[in-house]
Amino acid sequence: MAMASPPQSSTSERDLRLDLFRGLALWLIFLDHIPQNIVSWITIRNYGFSDATEIFIFISGYTAAFVYGRTMRDRGFVLASARILRRAWQIYVAHIFLFTIFMAEIAYVAATFENPLYAEEMKILDFLKQPDITIFQALLLKFKPVNMDVLPLYIVLLVAFPPMLFLLLRHPNVALGGSALVYAFAWRLDWNLPAYPNGVWFFNPFAWQLLFVFGAWCALGGAQKLGIVLRSRAVLVAAIAYLVFAFLVTLTWHFESLDRFMPGWLADWMYPIDKTNLDVLRFAHFLALAAVTMRFVPRHWPALKSPFLGPAIVCGQHSLEVFCLGVFLAFAGQFVIAESSGGPFLQAAISLLGIILMVATAYLVSWYKGIEGRSPVTRIKPSDADLAGGEA
Amino acid sequence: MTFVLAIVAAIALAGGAVAAESRAPTCDVPERLIPADNDLARVSAEVKDRHRLDITAVGSGSSALAGPDGARFAYPAQLEQALKERLPGVVVKVTAHVPSRQTTADMAAAMPKFLADDHPALVIWQAGTVDALRGVDPDEFRNSLDQGLEAIAAANADVIMMNMQYSPRTESMLSVAPFADVMHWVSEQRGILLFDRLGIMRYWSDEGTFDLYAATTGYAMARRVHECIGRALASQIVNAAHLDAAKMQTTR
Repeated sequence: MAMASPPQSSTSERDLRLDLFRGLALWLIFLDHIPQNIVSWITIRNYGFSDATEIFIFISGYTAAFVYGRTMRDRGFVLASARILRRAWQIYVAHIFLFTIFMAEIAYVAATFENPLYAEEMKILDFLKQPDITIFQALLLKFKPVNMDVLPLYIVLLVAFPPMLFLLLRHPNVALGGSALVYAFAWRLDWNLPAYPNGVWFFNPFAWQLLFVFGAWCALGGAQKLGIVLRSRAVLVAAIAYLVFAFLVTLTWHFESLDRFMPGWLADWMYPIDKTNLDVLRFAHFLALAAVTMRFVPRHWPALKSPFLGPAIVCGQHSLEVFCLGVFLAFAGQFVIAESSGGPFLQAAISLLGIILMVATAYLVSWYKGIEGRSPVTRIKPSDADLAGGEA
Repeated sequence: MTFVLAIVAAIALAGGAVAAESRAPTCDVPERLIPADNDLARVSAEVKDRHRLDITAVGSGSSALAGPDGARFAYPAQLEQALKERLPGVVVKVTAHVPSRQTTADMAAAMPKFLADDHPALVIWQAGTVDALRGVDPDEFRNSLDQGLEAIAAANADVIMMNMQYSPRTESMLSVAPFADVMHWVSEQRGILLFDRLGIMRYWSDEGTFDLYAATTGYAMARRVHECIGRALASQIVNAAHLDAAKMQTTR
């Protein structure tokens, strides 16, 4: 069986739109992770069903296929798999690093905070009494603190990716169909991974893999196939109509008085919109958002080279470092807000400072990779697909 | 990194100075936070026909207070007190079943017994915190709520669900939002009242009514918060059961 034809010349060049939107998604995830943050009103989850997580996972799937697909084609299955698993390992180490910081924060709160009003809530700190079990469960990715669910999902998706990529390169549509089937079974049979102390993963990998595989499928020629569909006026109108519908629905969440305009039958059918299992409404919302974006942000959009979008693009190009820093900054920001009893001014300042630090770090990482000759911008060794394409 | 910490510390100090000037504590709650858009028909009938109101409060640790005489200062007792003041001539009795560590599944299983023992006209059902602590699957949580609410409906009692406390210091560790969402949807779907303790306490925190970030071993603030919850709850009951139609008082 022959390999699928290599993507046309247009896909061999890095698509800056991916970096831009992944960078923006990282900022939004950071803002959303600070509870009660006044600035998080600007994030997309308040205007529709899907949020930055969908963007992040889709683009991660896209870049993983873009980078490792070439390696697998040129250098074989074993080498590409080894690279993918190394990447998964790096993310695992990053996750455990964040977990350590989280433990330090919790231990501090346990040592300093006491209030009879919260006697029950403080029982969440009981796991500090069994650090052996907790740390072990964290290493198994079963114990995941609040807001530390995305990286474990990413790790699992990457570990399972080599055979999926193998299939995607040969029979892309079969692979995508198989992915959709797993998604359907996850819904039908309640598949999910177990969590500690009980329950299941907040981001169900059996459901979210669909978005990751769909991203990979798009990267390996699927986007071209969809080109005709995306250019049709009917699709554009339908996508915009759905986005408007989702926006109107979210308005009823924020303004109690609008709730009465929500028909009962529609609410019964629609709710709850399940984030854990990537509700179809969320997936569709992401697709609509992507379709509209593709239409209005062309690949060679001049603004992509402008200095204003540079900071977001550079963040998107070093997503692992920036993501981890974002999680850490959200912890730190939350901690500062709690220590000083909050306030909208402080929230805004921390949000802004956090994004500045994320951008500065991305430029620093870019500089490091530049002096090592592995920057996605300088791209000096086209034979090395892993490095040439930037990060997955 | 030192630079980062320095900036963070500077901002913390600035924020602390702003937060220090807090307002005098009254615990008024705007009407939008205590909707009374679903009738409490059974409560209404009991009060008007029999001049009696038996309420059962079912919940977990956050419905109780430790310390000397804790039960006397927790919101079920405060609710009883507030209702007695607002409904002169009516015999009000609030029975609390609030052992700590009860999940919603435990409470749903025990609900028929509470209903048979107490014959309440109204059940206040506080749920969600222990489920969030234990990481119960939100779907299971929803099923348990449905099961308990069916039992309450079968006993012909009215119900008000109460969600979690707003607890900013544990927010990064304890994720209550998915459970609060489920309770919101269940209340919408069944057309029953929700006492949005989470939203109300957040409002108090934002308004500076209470400093919910403060570390203290004393009971003064906890008692005051429970008193305010009891009063707000009394307002919701009085409004939803149309017991105050002549005076139309708002929440105080």
